[in-house]
Amino acid sequence: MNEEIKSFTISIYTENNIGLLNRISAIFQRRHINIESLTTSQSEIEGVNRFVIVVNITESQAKKIIGQFQKQIEVIRAYYHTEEQTIYQESGMFKIKSDLLFDEPQIQNIIKESNARIVTVNKEFFVLEKSGRRNEIESLRRDLNIFGIMQFVRSGRIAVTKEEMKITEMLLAFNNQ
Amino acid sequence: MKETQTMETSKTDIAQTERICGSEAIIKCLIAEGVDILYGYPGGAIMPVYDELYKYRDEIHHVLTRHEQGAAHAAQGFARISGRVGVAMATSGPGATNLITGIADAQIDSTPIVCITGQVPSHLLGTDAFQETDIIGISTPVTKWNHQVTKASEIPEVLAKAFYIAKSGRPGPVLIDITKDAQFGELDFKYEKCTGVRSYIPTPKTNVESVNAAANLINAAKKPMIVWGQGVILGEAEAELKAVIEKTGIPSAWTIMGASAIPTSHPLNIGMVGMHGNYAPNKLTNECDVLIAIGMRFDDRVTGDLNTYAKQAKVIHFEIDPAEVNKNVHADVAVLGNSKDSLSQLLPLLNENTHIEWLQEFKDLYAIEFDKVIKSDLHPTKEGLTMGEVLKEINVQSKGDAAIVSDVGQHQMIACRYSEFNKTKSNITSGGLGTMGFALPAAIGAKMAAPEREVVAIIGDGGYQMNIQELGTIFQQKVPVKIVVLNNEFLGMVRQWQQLFFDKRYASTEMTNPDFVTIAKGYHIEGKRVVKREELADAIKEMIASKESYFLEVCVEKEDNVFPMIPSGASVSDIRLS
Ligand SMILES: Cc1ncc(C[n+]2csc(CCOP(=O)(O)OP(=O)(O)O)c2C)c(N)n1
Repeated sequence: MNEEIKSFTISIYTENNIGLLNRISAIFQRRHINIESLTTSQSEIEGVNRFVIVVNITESQAKKIIGQFQKQIEVIRAYYHTEEQTIYQESGMFKIKSDLLFDEPQIQNIIKESNARIVTVNKEFFVLEKSGRRNEIESLRRDLNIFGIMQFVRSGRIAVTKEEMKITEMLLAFNNQ
Repeated sequence: MKETQTMETSKTDIAQTERICGSEAIIKCLIAEGVDILYGYPGGAIMPVYDELYKYRDEIHHVLTRHEQGAAHAAQGFARISGRVGVAMATSGPGATNLITGIADAQIDSTPIVCITGQVPSHLLGTDAFQETDIIGISTPVTKWNHQVTKASEIPEVLAKAFYIAKSGRPGPVLIDITKDAQFGELDFKYEKCTGVRSYIPTPKTNVESVNAAANLINAAKKPMIVWGQGVILGEAEAELKAVIEKTGIPSAWTIMGASAIPTSHPLNIGMVGMHGNYAPNKLTNECDVLIAIGMRFDDRVTGDLNTYAKQAKVIHFEIDPAEVNKNVHADVAVLGNSKDSLSQLLPLLNENTHIEWLQEFKDLYAIEFDKVIKSDLHPTKEGLTMGEVLKEINVQSKGDAAIVSDVGQHQMIACRYSEFNKTKSNITSGGLGTMGFALPAAIGAKMAAPEREVVAIIGDGGYQMNIQELGTIFQQKVPVKIVVLNNEFLGMVRQWQQLFFDKRYASTEMTNPDFVTIAKGYHIEGKRVVKREELADAIKEMIASKESYFLEVCVEKEDNVFPMIPSGASVSDIRLS
């Protein structure tokens, strides 16, 4: 029963209520599952939130944990997907000394080649933003690290799924009951 | 609250609004939900509500327990015997945290209770104010739902939702934390019962194909076996289960939480599964060809080692909670839904049948268990009294009509093994959490919810002292519960494990006990102590005959063990008789 551990993206549609994050994270914590990344935002439906959580677990764990989410009163619906079933991105921000732009001409090439975007520039620092897969952001970080990065931050994964999730239909069905 | 727009309102429900304060609204909500008894303990942050309870004391009876844990367990006992929602109330901080054990117990045993806690005024939240504790954070993992109310106007809707969620689907505990300013604040009161929450599907629809598939497997089975759990009692599917069993002739066993759904004397009732269950159903779990699980969740105390559990069998799982399906045991057929509905759909599809030879295998193994265990438990020839003979005598004197409320330990296993139940909802015990201290307060709640029933609490000398203060509640409220303490001067179950698995190193399991009868008398509860077999029958007779509460201490053999036993982590096949 040595099932493969894979990266799963868990999407949870919920009511927008205080305390729900706590309930959701407790479900991972109780099963000793480490959260690789967690993002929460408004979803496509007014008043409905969406959690996108990345965890490395087995598929049978994923199935069971979805059942636990679904069982929470304010969870409308939960899903798990493999990487192939989603389109996903992360975003990284880099704060770098402005002098380097002029002292290290190489940096300009790095920026161009990486498709990173300059968010702001002032006398002391400039800020780069790069969206993409984790490895793209990581490789940019490695390249820039040589020159020194003042601050770096990377967001959690955001993902949309290839398959439809039919949350609106589900909510309509309730209203028409 | 986002659900406002989603709550359905039946036209007849719409009452005129009236301007009242939050604390009065709380009482009115309780009354609207049919609550006439609640259990609790006052304190600063809940005082406005107690003030209203005083005003409404003719309509709603508040029972002052001696500890908030007692209030939570009493609410559980109330719910377990009646199927109604039990209510407990406490102040903020320590009052609220004292409820937690009962809430956790209700969560794992699917008991519908609503707990209302007071909270510091909303402007003090997060300031480490006096008796402020994050009870929402603390209770989150052990509640079906919880919610903090900071405005009076939210009270009716939140409480309506609380009762709906606690009772519907797979029941469970709900905690509502209400800040003191919300209790003092005013609102235009109008109560509408909650009939739905859009993100919550209490009972999944039963799929016709799954019922057909289940029926086909059952009809073709040569050696089918049913194991039912509390889902049958919670779904009030006792009659449906009985019909299924009798039509198909399938030998049927129960988990500790399912006890009493079918009378003990029923010829197809083959006893309890699990660690201290009966020999035959445990052993034959690994012989059956189709295992039909109904409203049970394959707890590890039932299955033992999962890798050697019923591997040869096709498993059919009737279950209301989709998260339980395939959680521990793979289901070849899962029938989702409420047990009453799914069993009613199943019944007409089943062929009439008998399984005489297969049933005989259970009887043969029972004979072995009788010889090796039951005989000496129920008809001992040694000098010391056994727990089993006490239970046997209670069965005789109560004619099997009593509700047995057991605590946790050896006496609990003996009570569940040997009680003879005629009526459903008669076995009230802490199954999932195994909470010592449960029985005495739970018996109070049970007796108050069903005053017409004989309620007998069976408690060990250890667990008794975990909530012994509730004798005060019994005395003050004049609750005629019967209390039996089976005193072995040990934390018996732990001592048994020490004997069997730790070379008899009795670390901190020996108890030097007080004079229990004197303590009971201190609370003006009549009591007796039995040390000799000759005194037992009369004492139990006197106890059952008593119109008031009665305390009976029976001094039993100190180092008896409970068998059969599946050692923890072993296979059900490796069940030991000694
Ligand atoms: C609150 C709590 N603490 C500890 C335990 C662990 N435990 C399980 S059974 C048991 C012994 C119970 O002793 P007693 O109440 O005297 O009953 P007996 O087993 O002797 O019948 C203990 C300590 C528990 N179940 N609950």
